Amino acid sequence: MLRFVVRRLLLLVPILLGLSILVFFWIRALPGGPASALLGERATPQAVAAIRHQYGLDKPIPVQYWKYLKQVGTFKFGNSSTSRQAVSTEFKQRFPATVELSIAAGLFALVFGIPLGFIAAKRYQGPIDHVSLVVSLVGISTPIFFLALILKYIFAVKLGWLPSVGRISPLIDIPHPTNFYLLDSLLDGNMSAFVDVGKHLVLPAIALGSIPLAIIARITRAAVLDVQNEDYVRTARAKGLPPITVDYRHVLRNAMLPISTIIGLQVGLLLSGAVLTETVFAFPGIGSWLVDAIKARNYPVIQGGVMFVAIIVVFVNLIVDLSYGLLNPKIRLS
Amino acid sequence: MRGTSLKFVLLLVALFALAAAGCGGGGGGATGTSASTGGGGQGGTLVFASAADPVALDGILVSDGESSRVIEQIFETLIDLKPGTTDLEPGLAESWEANADGTQYTFHLRQGVKFQDGTDFNADAVCFNFNRWYNFKGSFQNPSATYYWQVIFGGFKTYDPNSGAPKGSLYKSCEATDANTAVITLTKPSSSFLAGLTLTPFSIGSPTALQKYDADKGNVDADGIFHPTGTYSTQHPTGTGPFQFDSWTRGDKLVLKRFDGYWGKNSDSPTGFNGKGAQLDQLIFKPIADNAARLQALQTGEVNGYDLVEPQDIPTIQGDSSLQILDRPPFNVAYVGFDMSKPPTDDPKVRQAIAYGLDRQGVVDSFYAGRAEVAKEFMPPTLFGYADDVTTYTYDPNKAKQILQQAGYTLPVKIDFWYPSDVSRPYMPDPKRNFEAFAASLEKSGFKVVAHSAPWSPDYLGRSDAGNLGNAYLLGWTGDFGDPDDFIGVFFQTPQKQWGTTKNHELDGVMKILDQAEQETDKAKRTQLYEEANRQIMDVLPGVPYAHSKPALAFTKNVSGYVPSPVDLQSFATVSIKK
Repeated sequence: MLRFVVRRLLLLVPILLGLSILVFFWIRALPGGPASALLGERATPQAVAAIRHQYGLDKPIPVQYWKYLKQVGTFKFGNSSTSRQAVSTEFKQRFPATVELSIAAGLFALVFGIPLGFIAAKRYQGPIDHVSLVVSLVGISTPIFFLALILKYIFAVKLGWLPSVGRISPLIDIPHPTNFYLLDSLLDGNMSAFVDVGKHLVLPAIALGSIPLAIIARITRAAVLDVQNEDYVRTARAKGLPPITVDYRHVLRNAMLPISTIIGLQVGLLLSGAVLTETVFAFPGIGSWLVDAIKARNYPVIQGGVMFVAIIVVFVNLIVDLSYGLLNPKIRLS
Repeated sequence: MRGTSLKFVLLLVALFALAAAGCGGGGGGATGTSASTGGGGQGGTLVFASAADPVALDGILVSDGESSRVIEQIFETLIDLKPGTTDLEPGLAESWEANADGTQYTFHLRQGVKFQDGTDFNADAVCFNFNRWYNFKGSFQNPSATYYWQVIFGGFKTYDPNSGAPKGSLYKSCEATDANTAVITLTKPSSSFLAGLTLTPFSIGSPTALQKYDADKGNVDADGIFHPTGTYSTQHPTGTGPFQFDSWTRGDKLVLKRFDGYWGKNSDSPTGFNGKGAQLDQLIFKPIADNAARLQALQTGEVNGYDLVEPQDIPTIQGDSSLQILDRPPFNVAYVGFDMSKPPTDDPKVRQAIAYGLDRQGVVDSFYAGRAEVAKEFMPPTLFGYADDVTTYTYDPNKAKQILQQAGYTLPVKIDFWYPSDVSRPYMPDPKRNFEAFAASLEKSGFKVVAHSAPWSPDYLGRSDAGNLGNAYLLGWTGDFGDPDDFIGVFFQTPQKQWGTTKNHELDGVMKILDQAEQETDKAKRTQLYEEANRQIMDVLPGVPYAHSKPALAFTKNVSGYVPSPVDLQSFATVSIKK
């Protein structure tokens, strides 16, 4: 078990190294640079040269890469070139927003995806199965930003039920000790703030959770179909166990294994989906942070932010792998 | 069996529904309209959607519009602009005069003005600010940090060849001759100095707060980025303006509240709106980067206004009875520039023919959604020095051909024409379509247009600086401050490769006039000089200006009193909101 964890953590090194090369060269391949992003048509050659010199962009590429690699090694990613704040500070401020949103989206996907897949399998080839197939296909193939705009148009603009932007109404003030606004409002004992934050989460969570929902529903359906025909399920039924016990203890529990693998993979999907969702909903998390950084050619934020996100994806997948052992004692991690 | 499993599933769904209700419930109805939960005081709260967070709230260290917008509310400058115009009016200085040779300006300051930390505004405070700026060292001298200081004043006290800042400064000294008189001495005459002082970077901050909150402390990290360690520019910006800083959560909101100690509150208003205290209790800036999201937030009432409305969204807003569009007076110019050092555009006759061959009215009508006017010269008509009687070139293909034939050219005459890709500027929303329309009208006028294009940044702008954009090219400019120097001065006062004026000397006469105008302190004489410069420019024809566009702002209908300024600087003091 320990060896497994250590080995997986060591794998981080080549992953981060490879990623650092990709990120480094990719941002330098983008047209423009921080100077022209800062100054636009006012970027005189002298000003551009001065800024490139200041940021060390006039140094040879290997020198720049080495400097960046040292940052990766020490997890010190410098300061944002726009806000001039430390990249790690900004990450800490913004990451809770993305976590809150991803959890909400993940919950939405799980709570609707698993039952949908389960019913579809139970009603294999029936109308519910077909409907679930259509819903999943629509879920997978609708671009997030499009779904987001439609949701906002219906529920915010037309019906006025839910807010369209941000994490909390501008007029509500609560202290932010954790930056998890749901938690912050609870700590503050402010229930109306809690409800307000919750409302702000609904539409982004649906937009972000739609694709994972569809995938989870499909996988659940396939897994349940598989497990249903296993000998032990047949035996359990033959023994006369109540169907709910069979479904819960034997079918669903065994089907959870492939589902949990998929859930782990969805974390990466949620984080990449957050880029679009957060932008469309002006949700101040990691996704909108990276988009703004790319627009401003904010190299330190792009370089640091992508690394942080990569590390998180690796860790979440590790946790998912560890959870296999809990779900199925037959699996021994070694 | 089937029945039970369905029950189990239904139970799960019900549980989630319950959870969702707990989360989303709690009194339906619309959320977060400013009216519903407004601030309670007489003025209420206005939420303005900005496109991004400000960089910092220390004027001298920023050059972006979002920072300036907030700084403009908290701070004031010595000289202000009359609302909606680029005319100067008293700000913190009630009056000022220049000495005979225009190198020394005496500012008579308003009395009884307090900073938001309760300290007194006086001549010492003015000089403290100017000397702080002049003495900047190290990374403060980088053009990305002190862009506008360098535009108006040039260099700093100590010259650092690595900084990118020029050597030598227009600024010489500031002396507080008494509590209410500050004398600023310049190294040479400059009349654009006064208009420059209206810019937010030259806002006067409280010396006490600047020192207490370490405005000048910070370090340069391995990436060369200046990292302030003080909290002045993020938590304690302190000026004399009608609003004062309250709180700032990056990415979420920046809150200002009315400054009750504002000097003009109960006094008779002088000429402009700066003599009045703020109407609103609270002014909140909420960053929403996405255009569509800003529009939807306005429609839902979550925000009460935003700037730079996309032309395609204007009909939607106009069609909504609860929203309104405000026009910003045009303060930009789009032009077809010529390289006057390359044949055939080195020949004035060819340039004239091109000018007659450009269907500018057609382009303005087709691609600016009714939000632009055809430009006659290289600066907007709202600015002094705009001449009404310059030579104009109305689209006339036959005349263009005639000029070319009379000059001995065989038709068609080939020209290389460049336009930028991957960009939309306020003065040029769609460069490619502008180009295509121009190319079509030129082809009818005896030209053969060879199209070239490059990504705006850095390729296109780099080519422009290097004078490498063929014979003709699309470009433009948005002004910063209300002085012709910021338009035709920028374009023509020094030889530039984009016009080929480093080799072609047809504009030398104009350069002389512009030099003279810059040193002239008498406004009437300056106006005449700039008018003359505009006439000569449109005769020499280094390019053909074609559009001044009007950017749009959108507000909810319950907002009133907002006066859009041509130069993006305006106070929210006069704005009020109906609950």
